[in-house]
Amino acid sequence: MAVVEVRDLTKHFGDVVAVDGVDLKSEEGEFLVLLGPSGCGKTTLLRMIAGLEQPTLGEIFLGGENVIGLPPRARRVAMVFQSYALYPHMTVAGNIAFPLKSQGIAPEERSKKVAWAASLFGIDHLLSRRPRQLSGGERQRVALARALVREPTVFLLDEPLSNLDAKLRAAARDDLMEFQRGIGTTAIYVTHDQVEAMGMGDRIAVMNRGKIRQLGTPEEVYHHPADTFVATFLGSPPMNMLETSDFLFGFRPEQLLPDSLDHENGDRAPFTFHVNRVEYLGSERYLYGHIREHDETKVIAMLPATVSLPVEADRDHKFSVARAQIRFFDRDSGLKIPPRELP
Amino acid sequence: MTALAQDRRRYLTDHPGFLAGLFMSPAVLYILALVGFPFVLAIVYSFTDISTGNPQLDFVGWETFRRVIADPVFRQSLWNTFRFAVIANVLVVVFATALAEVLTRDFKGKWLVRFLILLPWVAPVSLATVTWLWTLDSIFSPVDWVLRQVGLITENMYWLGLPDLARTSVVAVQAWRVIPLAAVIVMAGLTAIPTEINDAVAVDGAGTWRRIFQVTIPLLAPIIAVAVLFGVILTISDMSVVYVLTRGGPTNSTQVLSTWAFIKGIEGGALGQGAAVALFLLPVLVGITAVVLRLARRREVM
Repeated sequence: MAVVEVRDLTKHFGDVVAVDGVDLKSEEGEFLVLLGPSGCGKTTLLRMIAGLEQPTLGEIFLGGENVIGLPPRARRVAMVFQSYALYPHMTVAGNIAFPLKSQGIAPEERSKKVAWAASLFGIDHLLSRRPRQLSGGERQRVALARALVREPTVFLLDEPLSNLDAKLRAAARDDLMEFQRGIGTTAIYVTHDQVEAMGMGDRIAVMNRGKIRQLGTPEEVYHHPADTFVATFLGSPPMNMLETSDFLFGFRPEQLLPDSLDHENGDRAPFTFHVNRVEYLGSERYLYGHIREHDETKVIAMLPATVSLPVEADRDHKFSVARAQIRFFDRDSGLKIPPRELP
Repeated sequence: MTALAQDRRRYLTDHPGFLAGLFMSPAVLYILALVGFPFVLAIVYSFTDISTGNPQLDFVGWETFRRVIADPVFRQSLWNTFRFAVIANVLVVVFATALAEVLTRDFKGKWLVRFLILLPWVAPVSLATVTWLWTLDSIFSPVDWVLRQVGLITENMYWLGLPDLARTSVVAVQAWRVIPLAAVIVMAGLTAIPTEINDAVAVDGAGTWRRIFQVTIPLLAPIIAVAVLFGVILTISDMSVVYVLTRGGPTNSTQVLSTWAFIKGIEGGALGQGAAVALFLLPVLVGITAVVLRLARRREVM
């Protein structure tokens, strides 16, 4: 039985369709990431699961029970917010105890649970402090402890790392994963950061304009994008897209390599790559240019530092891509189509 | 080189001290002429036995104060000033918080309700109080009419004619007058509470009452303190409500310091005593302001 299942979920804000007929099913204990650009409806979807927004249409099941119309407190969900939303006038202990008080749990039981949740996140020594006296990372731990203490059936996380600086973020991400693996509770995680999504997600639901464009493992969404949106949204730099008279095809920048290299797979499609500019980034080189016969489209190639072959700018070079790594899309719908013969 | 040297020349208007003085001078003049001068004059008068019949500045030391305090009406006024302010402002806090809570919700006709709630604040105090004077009239009061129709009373109430009813009426009108301002202040405080806090409360499973008493009100406390500060100062320093409704009557039962100062000093002609009564308000107001501001600051640094 799925922990969280939504069917044909739709949300209108006036004329704006924020979420447009989404079907989604999470698996027991998985870390499911909702990934998409801002305004794609991922946060609205999460808020509907939490019960903070009422859907216009559709159904939500938590642990097999239809929860449409139930207030958040009846859903046994826990949510961690972008700003953490700690109660500034309460101590850390007060913050963690608040959901327990709401449940009417007796004081002795309550302090036991608070101590347990605090020790799990190593914040025992902070219990008497107030949120404003804590660092960003400590606040996140308090927010997680407050979410955990009720032993929810699902964790909903709304970009909880975006308030941390880059250095803290990597550490906080690690903490978060370790904690989720440790307790094994299903988590739904909203982010617009594809690195977070790829690194943390068991599965990723890529969303755009209120719809889920693809649901799959990080490998699937990266290597086998369902459409041109997923192909160009994921990856930095994104997939190169070229147009022919009757279809689109694309390949990842790291697949476009000098033909002169010793390639294991012999079946390669050759391209004449005109390089305009070379960007040296230490661990790799980015080559900006275009493919002959597709002059109007910019193409980026990414050479790892292990390829030491010199590449001069403002010249044509013989490059190639393994045919198995080329993806094909319909010209009109942008959807994935079976491999074609390149012209 | 020369261009650079030219640019380095300092103008008088570049001088922050000069500009500050220039821009502040109208306000300073205004305060000196209309607040400072009468204030000093009141202090001077309060140590003399000056009256409209004898406009001589004969200093009598604390004699005027002694005489003022010895008057039982003064003591009645002091006590009234205090209890009116406290009771009216308790009402103000309760109703303003409730109103603000309602006004931040989304509903149809919200702008109309907001407008109506602000009306008492927009209307001049004396005009609004005259309306109340008619509303509470002993013969034609619409309040009595409604109560009679409902069957709650059989004959008219003397809203302004019996001591207890008159005090109740004065407190009610004072509260009615201050509630809109307090509601707007509290509303500003409510909208400053991040949405995510309220979302967190909902997800954490708290109901409306728990949210209001354990999250909203503690977070609003500094703002409510500011509203109380305004409310207390407005009720204590106001004389028009009592003066228009009851003139302090019946038999001084609704007399407050501000009306008593006016009646003594202007209507009775005892300028020195009037000034002394009026000055009594000063330490009271300063004290309240200091306490409330301290409270507000302490809540802020938590």
